[in-house]
Formats: sequence, structure tokens, C-alpha cells
Amino acid sequence: MLNIALPKGRLGEKVYAMFEAAGFPCPSIRENNRKLIFENEAAGVRYFWVKPSDVAIYVERGAADVGVAGKDILLEYEPEVYELLDLAVGKCRMAVAAPKGWRDDERYTLRVATKFSRIARDYYASIGRDIDIIHLNGSIEIAPILGLSDVIVDIVETGTTLRENDLAVVETIVPISARLIANKASFKFKTAQIERLTRELGRGGKESV
Amino acid sequence: MKLNYDILDDTEKIIFALRALYRDYGYARYRMGKFEEYDLYGRNKDFLISDNVITFTDTNGKLMALKPDVTLSIIKNHRDEPDTLRKLCYNETVYRVSKGSNAFREIMQAGVECIGRVDAACLGEMLLLAAKSLSLCASGFVLEVSQLDVLLAFVNDASDDGAVRREILKHIGEKNAHGVAEVCRANGVSEEKTEALQELTGLYGAPEEALPRLRALCDGKGLDTGLYALEDALSALKGSGLEDRVQIDLSSVSNTNYYNGILFKGFVEGVPGSVLSGGQYDKLMRKMGKRSKAVGFAVYLDMLERLGATGNGGVIFDHA
Repeated sequence: MLNIALPKGRLGEKVYAMFEAAGFPCPSIRENNRKLIFENEAAGVRYFWVKPSDVAIYVERGAADVGVAGKDILLEYEPEVYELLDLAVGKCRMAVAAPKGWRDDERYTLRVATKFSRIARDYYASIGRDIDIIHLNGSIEIAPILGLSDVIVDIVETGTTLRENDLAVVETIVPISARLIANKASFKFKTAQIERLTRELGRGGKESV
Repeated sequence: MKLNYDILDDTEKIIFALRALYRDYGYARYRMGKFEEYDLYGRNKDFLISDNVITFTDTNGKLMALKPDVTLSIIKNHRDEPDTLRKLCYNETVYRVSKGSNAFREIMQAGVECIGRVDAACLGEMLLLAAKSLSLCASGFVLEVSQLDVLLAFVNDASDDGAVRREILKHIGEKNAHGVAEVCRANGVSEEKTEALQELTGLYGAPEEALPRLRALCDGKGLDTGLYALEDALSALKGSGLEDRVQIDLSSVSNTNYYNGILFKGFVEGVPGSVLSGGQYDKLMRKMGKRSKAVGFAVYLDMLERLGATGNGGVIFDHA
């Protein structure tokens, strides 16, 4: 039985369709109810929906053998897992954004509001800029407007939220997409299944391009 | 009073079973103090699994540490005699920060070290002992073996830039072939070298299947010494009944500043991370000013704590 953790929400549903096409179906998952765990014994799979940012934890700790997590989460928490495939869905980018027309005054420590402290710290360390991290859990966009920070580091998908708050992207840090991850021990004991899943998902991805 | 073995919990049973195993192979018990001068760890921070160390000031004003690691202490106290072979085993408590809870934990660790004239037979014995140690912990287990010298030859050939090499190694460790390709592409690594690195990243399987693939990749690259060393060491498992538990996994990388040659990690069914880790550490010996060669491994007994609960306990306590 292969345990698969999928991120709850639109991305998760899209990803499930890819797994189904790859030969790992579980029809009961499409029933409209509040269940979180779905099993298809015949196909040897058990799916469960978890909070997107928790997928990596389930996989790292072995509650799930494989899962789908955003590259943002993998970069931020650096879980001890294998990253087997770039699924090329859920595409967006990690970016620095600031009020329109903003210019960096290098005489001062730069105040950065973000949910992604490690990514922000690593990025500014790589360009040698001294920063002060302000860790927030949501509504990051209002931090520069209220003067809480100079810039924000956050995920940008279409840029609509930024535009509506008079912010603009200053710099792209890294492109983000959903990745297939696997627990290191599970990979050793369920090698054939996980390799088949990776191969089939990889093939599906290439055909759709 | 007569003692009954039932009094022992699963971890204790494993500790004693391992001790008996190492003794049977001629490893002398090595005991050490709880504390060590902090300086030893300060100089070799990267070697430690976590660089946080519990420190305190001794009565004479020296900064001391509660041991976060055993190997460094053994090397430090080792009289450098490259022509003899010392075989040691230990079973000690170390203090480390665990990643999940971000707090210090007391961890029971058992292990063996071979220091001095480490030859092919010695490396083979190490792999055999690692496999046997795992078999005492659980019935379902895998020993993955890698050859760091061979892997590094490919990585170093791809780029002269240390940062790029580190990035490639990190992705190889994640079995992240698309990540390897991205880094190579961004740094102008040739298509041919990129493909070889990607293939190494995914190279996983039983020796009879994986070694020919590895040999083909290495063809004409002057890596025969490394490959022979790997094949030689693996041959020690022949006839042990454990050879089908070995997998070649080139993605198994450790700190390249300290390790070289053959590396290995052990996994048991029901535990999400590696429970055994080891390899050759000649580079660490040089760093510490010793000419001897060395190889060893440790079993992380804290990882095995929950094995009994999941019903995977495999220890056969035939002396009971």
C-alpha cells in the first residue's frame, strides 16, 4: 500500500488527476464529502488530504510515503526527503515586492516582511544585503503600506493582489512549482511502486507540454 | 538473584546484541568520559550532525562540552600508527539538537571504528557488520552503499566552482535529477556531463544490476580504483545471506570535507529515516593531523525506540 499525501485545494485536485492518469486511481476521492482519507486496495494506494504546508512533514516523518509539495515549502523547511520530480503545475515565483517606485536606500538595514524567513535570509545573504526579518503569517502585502516593512518576500502567481495594493515585483528570487517528494526510507522498501509512479508522472508531464 | 532477559526493553536488547556481535568480530570496547573540551567541536563543526553543543565552564576555567559525537573523541585520543589496525566499538550517550523539536536530546549511540591500516578486507568487514547490525534491529532492512570518490570525480569534472559543486551534490542527495539539470544548464555544463550526473542521481538498485550501469558510466574515466574498492568490499557479503539487502545508491552523500571512498546508510522498515550511517573518513583523519586511515559507522538507537510499537522488532535473543 502506497500512502500519498496531497495538498488540499485546487492544486491537489489537479495533481490527483495526474496520479489517476499515471495508473494510481482511487475513485472514492471524487465523492463530495468531508472525508480526508481514501483507499483503493485493488490499486494499492491510500490518499489523504492535508494542509499544503504540512505535506512535507507527513512525508519526512513517514506517515506518507510520497506527497506533493510546493518548492517554496521545500526551500523554506528543507525537509529530509527525496525530490523526485518537478510536476510543472502550480507554477508561480518567489519574489521581492515593494510599493511602486520604491528604491533601496542602502544606508539602512532593509526591513523584509515574509512568511518565508529562510528563503528571504538566504537570498539577501547571497547578495550581501543586511536585513531585518519580520515574520508574518498572512496578509503580507499590507506590511509596506503600513510602514511595517520596506519590502515583502512572497509568492506571486498572477500579480493581481500586488497590483491592487499598489505593489510591484522588484526581483524574482526563484521559480516555484509542485514537486513529487518521497520519504527516504519508504523509497527503499517500496522502490518499484515509487519508481513506477515517478516514471509515469514524468511521462504524463512530457506529453502535456 | 538470576536475571531474566525479559526485563530488558527492545532498545536494551539491541544494545547487548550489538555488543556481542562486535565482540565476536574482535572489536575492543572503548569507553570515554562524558565531557570533552569544546575546542575539539569548535574546530570540526561541520562534521557534527547539528552544530549546537551543550557547553559549560569547568572548575579550571576551561570551556567544556557534553559530547555531541563519539568519533571525534576516538580520533583525538588515537595514537597514530598507520601500520597497525585498531578495532574499537562503543556504546555511548551523546547530546544533540533533534531537528524536529529544536531542543537538546540525549541519544544512545552504538558503533564501531577501524583505525590504522584499513584495507579491502577491513572495508568488507565493515559492510558485513553494518548489515548484521541492521538484521539485529529488524527483519526488514536495507543497506545502501555509495562510492563518494567516484561521485566526486563526476561532480568536480562538471565545474571548478565550489558553490556549483555543492549545489549539484545537494540535488544529487535529494535524488533531484531535474534540479541537477537546472544547475548544470545555468552554469554551462556540457550536455554529456549533465546527463551522466543525472544518471548517477537516479542510479539505485541491487549491485548486480546497478554496478554494470555504474561501470559503463565510468568507462575510460580512470575511476577503476574506486570501482574495484566498492566491488571488493561488497564481495565480503557473499554467502552471508544478507547480500540481497544491499542496494547501490550513489545519491547517498555525506560531508565531502570529511568522508571519502565507501559510504553507507542503513534503513529498517517502520522507521522513517536512516538508523545507521558510516563510511571511510580518511579526510577527517588528515584534518586532525593523523596519517592513519579510518572507517566506521554508528547505529542511532533513539531511532529504533518505536520499532517494537510497530511490530517490526527483529532481534533474535538466542542467548536468553
